[in-house]
Amino acid sequence: MTKFLLKRILQMILIMLTASFILFVIFDTPEFKKRLAVQELGGFAVSALTDASYESWLEKKGLNVPFYERYSNWIGAVVKGDFGFSQEKNREVGPLLWDKLKKTGILAFWVFALMIPLSLVLGVLAGMKEGSLQDRSVSFISVFFTSIPEIATAILLTVFLALGLGLVPAKSAMISGFDWKALVLPVLTLVIYDFGYVARMTRASMAEVMTSQYIRTAILKGLPYRRVIMKHALRNALIAPFTIIVLQLNWLLSGVVVVEVFFEYDGFGKLLLEAALFPDIEVVQACTLVAVLVAVLSQIISDIGYTFLNPRIRFS
Amino acid sequence: MPVADLEFPRSSMFERLAKPKPMLILFAIMWVPLTLYVMFGLDDVVLLPAIPATIALYFICLWAFRESTVALVGLSLVFFWLIMAVSAPYLPLLDPNKPIAPFATPWTEKKETFFVLGSDFKGRDLLSRMIWGCQRVLIWGVSATAVAYVVGTVFGLIAGYLSGWWDEVISFISNVFLSFPVMVLFIVVLNYLGPSGFNIVIAVTFASAPAIMRIVRGLTLDIKTRDYVFAAQTRGEHPLYIMLVELLPNVRGPLIVDACLRLGYTTVAITTLTFLGLGLQPPDPDWGLMIRESARVAMLWKFSYMLLVPALSVSSLILGFNLLADGLREISLRD
Repeated sequence: MTKFLLKRILQMILIMLTASFILFVIFDTPEFKKRLAVQELGGFAVSALTDASYESWLEKKGLNVPFYERYSNWIGAVVKGDFGFSQEKNREVGPLLWDKLKKTGILAFWVFALMIPLSLVLGVLAGMKEGSLQDRSVSFISVFFTSIPEIATAILLTVFLALGLGLVPAKSAMISGFDWKALVLPVLTLVIYDFGYVARMTRASMAEVMTSQYIRTAILKGLPYRRVIMKHALRNALIAPFTIIVLQLNWLLSGVVVVEVFFEYDGFGKLLLEAALFPDIEVVQACTLVAVLVAVLSQIISDIGYTFLNPRIRFS
Repeated sequence: MPVADLEFPRSSMFERLAKPKPMLILFAIMWVPLTLYVMFGLDDVVLLPAIPATIALYFICLWAFRESTVALVGLSLVFFWLIMAVSAPYLPLLDPNKPIAPFATPWTEKKETFFVLGSDFKGRDLLSRMIWGCQRVLIWGVSATAVAYVVGTVFGLIAGYLSGWWDEVISFISNVFLSFPVMVLFIVVLNYLGPSGFNIVIAVTFASAPAIMRIVRGLTLDIKTRDYVFAAQTRGEHPLYIMLVELLPNVRGPLIVDACLRLGYTTVAITTLTFLGLGLQPPDPDWGLMIRESARVAMLWKFSYMLLVPALSVSSLILGFNLLADGLREISLRD
């Protein structure tokens, strides 16, 4: 187990190093430096700059040194916990990122709190009797809802719930303090897009368990159907969905970009997009590190969880 | 008799691969003109042969998938947009880029023009923008998925069949790409290359090819121990021949289902990226652009049709791809 963990963590660090190195190479091109100059000084000022004064601007920003030197400096700083300075937001990257991650965390918490029970119940109901009417209708509902892209769900919900009925605000910028009502639309959008996939996976796992020998034995023994499901089937059927739900964390991090931009919710996704367009390289770097960290950690958690939950692997 | 004198029946690789298939030919007659038209702006005339080819292909597919209702519904949704895409220049529509009368609500007349689905804030007809908009999504979506499949399949076959170092290196690279969240990858790649259709193809390839490579690699590992592969190896065939003639046709089944699903994802990705300002650029009509342009203006119940039209269009296309994938899986499980 420790060997497995060490191997995965080593792999994660290697991937992070590769990823951040590629990003540094990309953002080192002259066009990106020019774009940064345009953002800071204004397009007119940059076009009026002489080559010498552009060079001195680069030097002032520390951009004239080769990227591998900047890269090694940056790595040194990150190891000490210093993520650099955001040119766009004029703030330290560390606290800025932490702020936005907390906001996205609130969003993610509510998405999971609604999505997990909904998809598990639907999936189990469908998988109990494969091919029955309830199975077919649940399968159709899941395909239908996963087929509507987030951007379309966001639009439909905004148009009907916010613009039509006026129940909730259409935008979630939350300029005047935190507002629970403004959280409804982003959370609903993500839940509607995501629950279908998890429900289908739960259904597949449940359907497989229901065809196994021990379930047939339990039914033939004359146990009440309810008890067979609750005591015998569910325990095994919920192992696979667990891993899938943990992996959804990774999906959420990219799915959240569209939703946050559309609803103007001030979280991780919006920060990432704005930073990439600016180009605010140190923020993009930090965001990527966080994203890779979440991706690999969720993989590790799902692997470990799978071994702990599955007695066949645990006792072998 | 010495072994060396034995004659094995060997056909050339070209002969085995280049058997004429009517469905592929029809697909080419439909697809090549449409691609030329959308990507390189050729004249309307090139689309003329594509219209009957598309309709013929639709009926052939209807017959082929008649076992599964789900597949038929999906097929009809996809082909509805395909037929719209190839016949758009010949339909009696208003010019999609011409400002006529702004903020006309659906089914009303304004400035002597009748708007079926209304007009947007610049006064362009929404019905014609909706129909023209499907061309670019379809073309770039399918091209991007196709390129990702070629790259993924080639590396998957190499990693699976040759194993060893090839496998180690290819698998590590694909793991690096797979641990980036998709959106981060898209944003970084498109930000570096600049927003355009061709760059979307590259970005989608980076994001999808590693996953496709994994699937192909797994299937290849399973298949390469079969007798017919041994037979080919004993005949002394070149690895390239074995990969293309023996392995590739036999991994096709699961890949087609996956391709339908992936077409849906790619369509979502293109629309989303265009909405974020990283994809296709104005002024040509496109669903993502329609959403992007109206999102700031149409935040009123009265004008919400500007957002609903593109949102429902893109949903119906993706629903079509997903239902088709579901139906194909159903059919393949039945056999």
